Amino acid sequence: MFSSLAKLLRYRALIQTLVVRDLKARYRGSVLGFFWSFFNPALLLFIYTFVFTKVLPSTHPASMEPFALFMFCGILPWTWFSSSLLESSNTLIAGGNLIKKVLFPAEVLPIVTVLANMVHFFLGLPILAAFILYYQRPVDPLELLWLPVIVMVQLILTTGLAFFLSALTVHFRDLKDLLGNLLTLWFFATPIIYSADMAPADMRWWLNINPMTHLMRSYQEVLFFEGSFDHQGWLLALGVGSIVVFLAGYFVFDRLRDSFAEEV
Amino acid sequence: MKPAIDVVNVSKVYRRYARRRQFATLKSALLDGSLLGDLKPDETFQALRNVSFSVPKGCTYGVIGSNGSGKSTLLKCVAGITRPTEGEVKVDGRISALIELGAGFHPEISGRENIFINGIMLGLSKKEVQRRFDEIVEFAEMQDFIDAPVKTYSSGMYMRLGFAVAIHVDPEVLLVDEVLAVGDQGFTHKCLDKFSDFRRRNKSILLVTHSLDLVEKFCDEAHWLDKGMSKGEGDPKRVVAAYVINVEDSEENSLAKAEAARVAASASEVPQAPPPDVDGEKAPENPVDDAEHSRDGFKSTEGRWGTREIEITNVSISGPDGEAGHVFQSGDDVKVHMTMTAKEPITDFVFGLGLFNADGVCVYGTNTNLEEFQPSEIRGECAVTFEIDSLDLVEGTYRLDLAAHKADGYPYDYHRLLYTFRIKSRVRDVGIYRPAHRWTFGGGITFKGEA
Repeated sequence: MFSSLAKLLRYRALIQTLVVRDLKARYRGSVLGFFWSFFNPALLLFIYTFVFTKVLPSTHPASMEPFALFMFCGILPWTWFSSSLLESSNTLIAGGNLIKKVLFPAEVLPIVTVLANMVHFFLGLPILAAFILYYQRPVDPLELLWLPVIVMVQLILTTGLAFFLSALTVHFRDLKDLLGNLLTLWFFATPIIYSADMAPADMRWWLNINPMTHLMRSYQEVLFFEGSFDHQGWLLALGVGSIVVFLAGYFVFDRLRDSFAEEV
Repeated sequence: MKPAIDVVNVSKVYRRYARRRQFATLKSALLDGSLLGDLKPDETFQALRNVSFSVPKGCTYGVIGSNGSGKSTLLKCVAGITRPTEGEVKVDGRISALIELGAGFHPEISGRENIFINGIMLGLSKKEVQRRFDEIVEFAEMQDFIDAPVKTYSSGMYMRLGFAVAIHVDPEVLLVDEVLAVGDQGFTHKCLDKFSDFRRRNKSILLVTHSLDLVEKFCDEAHWLDKGMSKGEGDPKRVVAAYVINVEDSEENSLAKAEAARVAASASEVPQAPPPDVDGEKAPENPVDDAEHSRDGFKSTEGRWGTREIEITNVSISGPDGEAGHVFQSGDDVKVHMTMTAKEPITDFVFGLGLFNADGVCVYGTNTNLEEFQPSEIRGECAVTFEIDSLDLVEGTYRLDLAAHKADGYPYDYHRLLYTFRIKSRVRDVGIYRPAHRWTFGGGITFKGEA
């Protein structure tokens, strides 16, 4: 398993090319092209702003103003997470031609999916930055140094789960449909459009065993809340857990690898 | 020297899941606690069975076999796309597999970008693709369209581009699966030239094909697979010959089976009353079918009719070896044997025979009346043999009409297109009839390989 893991490094160029292809192909034919990567999160932000300032103005404490910005800090990375998982569940089946007809390292496909979505996440960051500046929120530059760590943890966790899902979906196609609903549930079970402090005390325990809680909390603390970043413990523990998930996911993927060419 | 490809005792078992398994879901798998149990096959299909061979460097190795013989599975095992269930495949050097051309192309982006992506997928670095780019485009004859999205390409363009990229990966070992049908004559020649070039540079090619010509002309060695098993290996001419004989045998079997079914079906047709078109003044001069009939579309399907006062009870066709068969070589001495039974002595009778090609064109028709035999009497069981000294037909499938009738066309027993045989030929000439012929050349004309 570790030898095939080492091979992953050899596929750098391939992964890079495929990510670029994925991004190029995604907006090919649309008038605005790449700009959609900026517009999508911006439009999303407007919608949430409208709903939570005009339609439901009193759902959050004053300490969380501007609430739209708060939500945006969570929704942006969540979109990366959920799109990656949804797409990776289909990626081996969609790439069936490659797996069946070309000598092609299958693990490249889920990795490309996660990375392409990460690029979209990065493209959303300038929008986020613009709004932070617009609302004149104080951001501690030192805290920003944590951001790459958080992104890294999320990348490892997401890739690990993507390995699991892509490999298992080849055998159980219904995972695809199940996953859509599961992700909706997961979205509401994660403090994204609310803060963990707002949840009833007896729910806190549940929130704490949700790994996404700690990722989102970290983003929110670094980008939104004032005061020093004090979620390091959870974040680093999650980092270790993510590596375990990654290795386990890759192990399952590697075990099922031989069946892909026959099953997709 | 180390062989380029070494295949040792390779077996491949495909899993075929029973119907139950197809409807299984994750939920049911979890509920039954049989997640792993369900991943085990209920039924297996052995695509390859103990296949071994090795391809020395610089050798072009052909694999032949009928559909489903495991050729493509073998190629996939060598390419490393699937792993053999048992045995081992060793390949020395970079492989490029021409299995499905342009498999990695993305329809939305341009040919130019796809060349890069495809090249990198096949193991080149970006720089290497850059260096070969012009050559690839030129080889594919795509200069004018290289910046258009691939989805706008015709299937021929798509394949040419895929082929061009794959062949410019410059592998040590090239695996080719029936992909030479990608372009016009010119392009096919270019591909063959490229293969020859490969050979000169001491690289190896593993070629899977149905084109026996190609194997004979092009390969140094050939391997014949049948139902996943090795049936022969060695000199291409010998292996191809053995394969062809086997194919003829199986064709023979399927023709014999089909014929038996047809004869059985027509035997159950109600005898007696001749079809209305056949009697009266409309009865044709040559009652054993003639071109008129098929042109009218008159009874162009097989069938049997007549009063059976004389009954054709048995028909067989035999070749030069005297044995009944259905596959003959062009120019063979072929006999058509009929067994007749006349229930009562009859004095007005004609035997006839018509020969048709697959398009329904009458190749030849005759009867004993036209050839001025004067019938005297037929009684009891008797035999009629029609012998053709040299059946000079081109390759194809032919059908026979056989009949016994009165001189005025009144049918006793008419067998319409019930008997089929196939003519095989080493020469790919066209038409129907091959007149005995020879070429002579005078002056400064010479041919390669001629004494």
